[in-house]
Amino acid sequence: MKHYEVEILDAKTREKLCFLDKVEPHATIAEIKNLFTKTHPQWYPARQSLRLDPKGKSLKDEDVLQKLPVGTTATLYFRDLGAQISWVTVFLTEYAGPLFIYLLFYFRVPFIYGHKYDFTSSRHTVVHLACICHSFHYVKRLLETLFVHRFSHGTMPLRNIFKNCTYYWGFAAWMAYYINHPLYTPPTYGAQQVKLALAIFVICQLGNFSIHMALRDLRPAGEWPAPGKGGMVVGRLGKGGSHLPLLSCLPGSKTRKIPYPTKNPFTWLFLLVSCPNYTYEVGSWIGFAIMTQCLPVALFSLVGFTQMTIWAKGKHRSYLKEFRDYPPLRMPIIPFLL
Amino acid sequence: THPLEESMWLVLAIAMVRFYMEKGTHKGLYKSIQKTLKFFQTFALLEIVHCLIGIVPTSVIVAGVQVSSRIFMVWLITHSIKPIQNEESVVLFLVAWTVTEITRYSFYTFSLLDHLPYFIKWARYNFFIILYPVGVVGELLTIYAALPYVKKTGMFSIRLPNKYNVSFDYYYFLLITMASYIPLFPQLYFHMLRQRRKVLHGEVIVEKDD
Repeated sequence: MKHYEVEILDAKTREKLCFLDKVEPHATIAEIKNLFTKTHPQWYPARQSLRLDPKGKSLKDEDVLQKLPVGTTATLYFRDLGAQISWVTVFLTEYAGPLFIYLLFYFRVPFIYGHKYDFTSSRHTVVHLACICHSFHYVKRLLETLFVHRFSHGTMPLRNIFKNCTYYWGFAAWMAYYINHPLYTPPTYGAQQVKLALAIFVICQLGNFSIHMALRDLRPAGEWPAPGKGGMVVGRLGKGGSHLPLLSCLPGSKTRKIPYPTKNPFTWLFLLVSCPNYTYEVGSWIGFAIMTQCLPVALFSLVGFTQMTIWAKGKHRSYLKEFRDYPPLRMPIIPFLL
Repeated sequence: THPLEESMWLVLAIAMVRFYMEKGTHKGLYKSIQKTLKFFQTFALLEIVHCLIGIVPTSVIVAGVQVSSRIFMVWLITHSIKPIQNEESVVLFLVAWTVTEITRYSFYTFSLLDHLPYFIKWARYNFFIILYPVGVVGELLTIYAALPYVKKTGMFSIRLPNKYNVSFDYYYFLLITMASYIPLFPQLYFHMLRQRRKVLHGEVIVEKDD
């Protein structure tokens, strides 16, 4: 069997970083990354980007050496992606924060509102209801991260955790401050408004969960060359949509299928939309905004909607690119409109 | 539109100089040029469009920050808070802006004509070294002078309780804005310094990777 030689150069300086000889032709990029780590332990595989051209796209972990357009001496270029953090860690931190922070405001912990309000309780039912809904939402997200989602990439750049946590924690504090404020004003249309909003919220939470389950079933647990992060694999179904959090702790395969409606009525939204999980998510927050009649909540919903629309459009585009027979009726996030 | 904007700022500069020559004081200067200033500065929103469609190489974010801070200073501070209109700091930033814009737009205009005198290029990439800090000092002093009036009148602010369960305090917003100059100004300044090294001294700058 003919062996390959692989030399790894720095993409910026062209400095020779590593030379591997006697590499098996069917070796994968993942295996080459592992070998590279041996000589440069500070660059663990998750932070390596190897490519054929210094300015080109990153090679995938599952690419096989002999299938690449290289001679028997392959030259790969290396780019350091910077410190990486696992998706699971990021998600758990992002979601645990709002859960905890909201409760600080709900229980009116000292130094937030005037001292005479310390540890007092609101006299409005809607405030208690809002706390239950908000907490339920984040508990659901935490549980989904641990047990439902299947990820296909292990990591993301470390700086993302600061950016993401600022967003989630910041908005959670901002909303919670007003909802739990002693001077909070309940909704204009009273119990009617709250009941309607609650119904929207619950339906959308169930819907969102149903979609997550349906998407997980699209990705059967399978063989995965785990990139060394304790067998966890985190996924990106297509470019924009990192947010289809998929099972965190179970490895997921990379085969992609078009999602279709199942027996569960909540999944019938797949007939009209590529990313119904985002649709339901926006719906949940709109429900929460109506329930609390709080402008910061509406703003949070708007920002979230903007971001999710960007992701949905990206995912929709990659579905269209990958599948010739993609259902033409579907829009990315809002039926018929967007 | 660059020649157009260039002439606008020249008009403004001439108006300012004439006023000073006639009146001998800066008091009332703002009042006399305000309509023109507001019109021109708002016109600068077009700058963002230029960046978006790509005829100017500046990034949308940099241009956006620049234009927003100008609109903020003109409409939300100087126009809205009458008592500070005769402050010296107002003249300070007006002068800084005027000279900067005249230099910048003549640079763009001459570049378009493919006939760029070295002096204009030199001015564009050197004047800012003084003008940026001068402008920032003028702006900050003006905001600082406005603070007591904002606090007293409670302008632009919303208090609880209200039916949308939100509040906004313009006074604290201004404090935060002033504080934001600390991280933002050095970034813009060093960005211009890097541009200067690249353009005037042909240095090859290795950009940070994304």
